[in-house]
Amino acid sequence: MKRLPLLLLSSLAVAAMAACGGKKPEPVTPVAGPDADSLARAQRAHEDSMRAAQEEADRRAREEAERQRRIADSLAAIGKSTEAVRTLLATLIHFDYDKAIIRGGDAAVLDTKVAILQANPGLRIRISGHCDERGSDEYNLALGNRRATAAKQYVVSHGIDGSRIETVSYGEERPLASGHDEEAWAQNRRDEFEILSGGESLKQP
Amino acid sequence: MRRLLLGLAVLSAGPTVRPSDAQDTSAIDRGVRIGIVYRPGVRPGMVVLPVHAPALDSGRVILARDLDYSDRFELITLPGGDSIRVTAAAPGARPPAAGGAGRTGGGGAAAATTLNYPLYQALGADFAVAVAAGSGDSTIVTVHDVAAGGVRRELRARLPALKDPGFRLAIHQLADRVLEAALGVGGTAATRVLFVMDGKVYSIDQDGADQKLVSSSDHQAMSPAWAADGRRFSYMEFWQGHGRLFLQEVASGKRAPVATTGQALDFTPAFSPDGKTLAFSRATEEGTDLYTVNIKDGCCLQRLTVGRFYDNLSPTYSPDGQRIAFVSTRAGLPQIYVMAADGTDQQLFAPFDYGATGSSNAPEWSPDGQTVAFHRDVGGTLQVFVLDVRTRAVRQLTSVGRNEDPTWAPDSRHMAFVSDRSGYRQLWIIDVETGRIRPLLQKSGARLPAWSPRLPETASSTP
Repeated sequence: MKRLPLLLLSSLAVAAMAACGGKKPEPVTPVAGPDADSLARAQRAHEDSMRAAQEEADRRAREEAERQRRIADSLAAIGKSTEAVRTLLATLIHFDYDKAIIRGGDAAVLDTKVAILQANPGLRIRISGHCDERGSDEYNLALGNRRATAAKQYVVSHGIDGSRIETVSYGEERPLASGHDEEAWAQNRRDEFEILSGGESLKQP
Repeated sequence: MRRLLLGLAVLSAGPTVRPSDAQDTSAIDRGVRIGIVYRPGVRPGMVVLPVHAPALDSGRVILARDLDYSDRFELITLPGGDSIRVTAAAPGARPPAAGGAGRTGGGGAAAATTLNYPLYQALGADFAVAVAAGSGDSTIVTVHDVAAGGVRRELRARLPALKDPGFRLAIHQLADRVLEAALGVGGTAATRVLFVMDGKVYSIDQDGADQKLVSSSDHQAMSPAWAADGRRFSYMEFWQGHGRLFLQEVASGKRAPVATTGQALDFTPAFSPDGKTLAFSRATEEGTDLYTVNIKDGCCLQRLTVGRFYDNLSPTYSPDGQRIAFVSTRAGLPQIYVMAADGTDQQLFAPFDYGATGSSNAPEWSPDGQTVAFHRDVGGTLQVFVLDVRTRAVRQLTSVGRNEDPTWAPDSRHMAFVSDRSGYRQLWIIDVETGRIRPLLQKSGARLPAWSPRLPETASSTP
């Protein structure tokens, strides 16, 4: 504030020297100049504060959005876990022709299902046994029943309550692969695992 | 094969000789001939005379086909086809009336009695069948015994209108009466076959006509089975992981779930011959076992087998209702066993070589009680076999392609089964005695056939 009158004085002195220089003195702008400046400043200050308020509002909105996003992300993470568990639970196991014995490699698949059932005590599932088209249509219902029961017995023998697991057989009535070769048959000789209840949100084992 | 067929035709004259003996060709010499002397390989000739009323001719065509499909006659085509009327009288014969065709009113029957028998005999006919309009809206079918030179029998029937759903069945029933009149045996014309296609139950006349959908729900269905009176049938449907059995009336199409089923996987229903009991297979965590339920009172579940470490399934009653043949895996692979209808006295029925004979399944006891048809795995594919109930001899009936799920016609001589011999799986009919085979349904995917008994007349109004 002190510098302003000084500057003013010096500028006046320069103007006086210029006047002495014989040139016509520039008409001195009356006091309107400083008045206009202060109005502009006030205007600017107002605009600044408005902008600041706007920025503050924007920042808050961004923060809110960020918070919402984090909530959504964490919800999605839970969903992803449920989805992952569901995928693990749905993994098929397969059988040799006219056999209902759990293969060595499939024991690990069933172990995972045991762990999932242990981590999610509200979960109930249905195991359905399926066959390839080579056997007799009606005999395959009995064979598919053996296959579903074999998987259930495995799971129950690892500590899961049998009342949480239903079994069913579809024989050869619901093939997964439609071909008529060993590749298709091998795919069709299987157990499927489906959630009956308690599968809305699932914990990783 | 040819020698075998000839042998069968000869044997068919001897009522005490079963077709299962036919593999032993020496049996031909032992065959006892009674009554009509059959020329080897030649069945009695039959002419179905032309008719000139369009409505009657439609019926006549169905009738002639039924008689052909009975595989008991050589159907003879008249010279020049059906278009000409045989009017020339042989010397000394009574004036012919072309089977009474074109004659109406009360005189029709009388006219039908005069036929140029020597001419038809010359054509090789043993029987001639004439269809004519009788008085009112009745139809007269006259069965002429050409060799004896006279009328064997005159059959009267009131046929429904041509468009009536009962028309075909009425003609089929007439065809069975013609067969009864000519040879004294029961026919299979008035019968239908139930089968499964795309998870639904269908019905088709034995001549391949009139295919209809009979199961009414969207649930996947399997294993249709007839009651012995032909008025009801049963089948299984998948319901949310369970197998439910249903009873359905032929005439009304009404159906009801079988009491005590539906909480487990119940399948392969089989009616007892008196229609009071339904035997079926039930799959639980203990395995698959046979049960019966009283369907007259809707109660009283009874368990017939206790397998635990093996399965028992696919029951079929003997026609006297005293025994049940079924499939059991007690020896490892599924094989055919038999027991008393109360579950006692279980024993092996169709002999097999342990470790060599393939799986045997889908038994069906023949209506005459003498054989049980089933299919067996032979070198990785299925073939139809018949078991002689008395001697326990097993005979392979098919060898071309994959053949399975045999079901007997009421004459215990025709059989429907599933075969892929034409390149895809479809329904076929075989005459076990002559070996003649015809497709029943030329559609892919039809399976699990069940041949009806002779149908009562009220069964004509199938939904």
